[in-house]
Amino acid sequence: MTRRLLAGRVVDRTRPVGFTFGGRAYQGLRGDTLASALLANGVDVVAPSPILGRPRGIFSAGPEEPNAFVELTEPWFDAIAPATTVELVEGLVARPLAGVGRLPGPDVPIRRTEHEHRHVEVLVVGAGLAGLRVALEAADGERRVLVVDERHWVGGTVTASDAVGSTLAPDWAEAVAARLRGIPEVQVRTRTTALGVYDDGYAVIHERGGDVDRLLHVRAERVVLATGAIERPIAFAGNDRPRVMLASAAWTYADRFGVVPGSRIVVLTTNHAGHEVAMSLAGSGTAEVVAVVDVDPEPGPATERARTAGLNVRSGWTIAGTEGAPALQAVHLQGPDSERETVEADLLLVSGGWNPNLTLWRGVGGGLRHDDERSCFIPNGNGPPWLEVVGAAAGDVPASRAFPFVPADDLSTHFVDLQRDQTVADVLAAVDRGLRSTEHVKRATYIGTAVDQGRTSGVLTAQIVSAALGEATGAQGPSSARPPAAPVAYAALAGRDRGWLLDPARVTPIHPWHVEHGAVFENVGQWRRPWYFERAGVPMDLTVTRECIAVRTGVGVMDASTLGKIEVVGPDAGAFLDRMYTNAMSTLAVGSIRYGLMLGLDGMVFDDGVAMRLAENRYLVTTTTGGAARVLDHFEEWLQTEWPELRVYCTSVTEQWAVAALNGPLSRDVLVAAGTEFDLSARAFPFMTWRDATVAGIPARLARVSFSGELAFEVHVDGRRGLELWEALIRAGAIFGIAPYGTEAMHVLRAEKGYVIVGQDTDGTVTPHDLGMSWIVNETKGDFAGRRSLQRSDTIRAGRKQLVGLLPVDPRALLPEGAQLVLEDTGSIPTKMAGHVTSSYRSPIRGRTFALAMLEGGADIHGQTVFAPLPDRTIPAMVTAPVFHDPEGARRDG
Amino acid sequence: MLLIRCPWCGPRDEVEFRYGGQAHLSYPADPVALTDEQWADYLFMRDNPHGVWAERWSHAAGCRRWFNALRDTTTHRFVATYRIDEEPPEVPA
Repeated sequence: MTRRLLAGRVVDRTRPVGFTFGGRAYQGLRGDTLASALLANGVDVVAPSPILGRPRGIFSAGPEEPNAFVELTEPWFDAIAPATTVELVEGLVARPLAGVGRLPGPDVPIRRTEHEHRHVEVLVVGAGLAGLRVALEAADGERRVLVVDERHWVGGTVTASDAVGSTLAPDWAEAVAARLRGIPEVQVRTRTTALGVYDDGYAVIHERGGDVDRLLHVRAERVVLATGAIERPIAFAGNDRPRVMLASAAWTYADRFGVVPGSRIVVLTTNHAGHEVAMSLAGSGTAEVVAVVDVDPEPGPATERARTAGLNVRSGWTIAGTEGAPALQAVHLQGPDSERETVEADLLLVSGGWNPNLTLWRGVGGGLRHDDERSCFIPNGNGPPWLEVVGAAAGDVPASRAFPFVPADDLSTHFVDLQRDQTVADVLAAVDRGLRSTEHVKRATYIGTAVDQGRTSGVLTAQIVSAALGEATGAQGPSSARPPAAPVAYAALAGRDRGWLLDPARVTPIHPWHVEHGAVFENVGQWRRPWYFERAGVPMDLTVTRECIAVRTGVGVMDASTLGKIEVVGPDAGAFLDRMYTNAMSTLAVGSIRYGLMLGLDGMVFDDGVAMRLAENRYLVTTTTGGAARVLDHFEEWLQTEWPELRVYCTSVTEQWAVAALNGPLSRDVLVAAGTEFDLSARAFPFMTWRDATVAGIPARLARVSFSGELAFEVHVDGRRGLELWEALIRAGAIFGIAPYGTEAMHVLRAEKGYVIVGQDTDGTVTPHDLGMSWIVNETKGDFAGRRSLQRSDTIRAGRKQLVGLLPVDPRALLPEGAQLVLEDTGSIPTKMAGHVTSSYRSPIRGRTFALAMLEGGADIHGQTVFAPLPDRTIPAMVTAPVFHDPEGARRDG
Repeated sequence: MLLIRCPWCGPRDEVEFRYGGQAHLSYPADPVALTDEQWADYLFMRDNPHGVWAERWSHAAGCRRWFNALRDTTTHRFVATYRIDEEPPEVPA
């Protein structure tokens, strides 16, 4: 520990902490940051710069750090972190990072991540003196007050050179924080960084706990930003050399961590803070201050005090360059008459003034104005009414002239943005190329776009651009910075919403059976649906064929519980549904079922399903699996906003009912075998009717609807008895060879019948007429949603894309879904696209491939050949009607 | 994240709501009587003012009720929210 010379305020000298950096073992102290521990160990070079590969050291003592980036691998992975914000823990392993992180694999150790939601009356960002004062005033034991600070101590940047009354400022801060923590409803949370402040007092805040990464979502009545100020650097030749550092940072290391990172010190300053640091360091007796270079030719009160303290103050001098490899060894001073003097030094401290830290203020729309006395931007008062800025952030910083860089012939090592390796020469070149604002210069140079978002380079760049354009200082504002104000890992943003907690998985009551019986699942919205039922060693296509054949020749059963189900109840239910569907539902007899299409007001198909009239004033309508919530919302919107006079109530009952769909010529036999007291004959129970019945002893609603074109029965039972019903049907069906089948077979079967799937065969530009379903549009029943749009010139024009069937000329060729169709196989590019394939399968029952497509004027060109040009071949296919199986519907009605 | 005052539930986070576009547009009594232009005007054309306007919101993840709001499009500030059957309140200057 070569440089641990003082008693640091936040480190515990009795608690050594072992860590590894760049493959070497070191020791620091509890309370250190990685940066302070590296400085204490005499590590000057932390990482190469990202673009030029120049050696870089620690430049600051906070999140504004543009140089010292590391990757952490132990105890927690962090892809990119400034060493100045990493709190040292035993066993920490870090490696240098040239400004660009890498994506970790899945197995890196990360903290547990979680979210916390909190409502407070007052949120104070920053536990420096200004923030603590506000909190103390607000904390009355009833108001909820939350104070957050990114550091692991309170008191911000104040040091032993500051005082509150007769108390040392750091002592005052600690005492006030302790007092606040004892007041009910008050929290003071350190290691906690506000990432963004948003509308209406909403803040997103990141807390780095011991083993928890926590994201706080806070809603506050009043937000107070006490975010302090960041010292401004000055650009001069070789200002990126290790051991060139912000002046306040050096004093923070000395006072807080007991580390003086040099023994012969030169200070370059534009303001009294530089003198204060020089006097403090000189007074600590651990280092020699060789020279204080004050760019101001006129000595101020601070100059006088420094001189009185015996310091070598050079008023009106600047710095012409630095020397040393890799770290600083000498500084070239330059006098007002260009005289030169070289001094040996191993630490060069820079204070070019102060910039209020207003990232959060600006992120929520707060405005800025230039303060000429301090040469910085301060809040102009134009911000949200619930937001205040106090302390240094509000402009309470030392006066300073604007001195962004030392003029020189060669400006190519005058670094402005250390993390982007951009110099004054680069900024001037951008202005020369005609870029007239900092926002444009930012895009040309990438200044301010690195992890630090230009905390040290933003205002500097604005001042250089203004100077280059001959404008007044302040004519150019700094470029914008956006949330997150500090780097945050995606894992923290995700919280616990990862893996299976990312999104709710909806499963049916029958799900456990599917899992046990080899179902391979697919996601349909949030639902997990069996895709097919796998048997060991059998490939998917053969499995789907087996399931399809079972339905066409014997019997299959599908879990249709995911179908959206809405009960529409009330004296006006029928009239309401008449306005929602293209056909009439009010004329439906109790006990009957009708298929319906629902359109948007633009006349395009929006959803489909069946309506069952359960009683005079009660309907059950089904929706597509993915459309249930959308349809319910659609109903509610019309009922609430347009027709509040209609006496109709809508209730989602999707999960209250489990549904097993028996499909196939033997489905009736399975029902009989399962035990039902009921006459299932076509005469007593025709297609598109429903009956209350008992199946296998379970009260059920039986519905004769078919999505396969075969004889079919849907059995609806209380969801809690769904599994019991399913198992009874499987048992009863065993002798008939019943096959459970999944969504893939269901898709093939319905496509063979030309039944469209809304959202697969339609895409929001398709009318019922385009689908060849004019029969379902009832023009005489009165108005319904979308009716007027079906008469618009574009919806009635000839040549719209229409639903057709396609039979590839080669019966083995499978058209890819989404393939474009052309009418002539000329091979020329470009060519007119006439349509596209929407569904395409192998038909087990026909022993060949087939497809559904939307094709311009398709209804009129059945029998013609069209072509699907693919990258490696062209597939010709014959246009047909979109029905490939039992066009008369005899099987379905049987 | 805006804080939106549902007339039924009080102030709630924006994520609980669904936006519904311009308010106080009534479905025409007899759409078939309209010309294509009139129908298109109802169906597609919306105001886009700089300042306060009336818009619809639905408390989709709450009480599921639709309501109207006066909101300043330049600041996102909600001037007022009111029930669907109420007249818009006077906008203070």
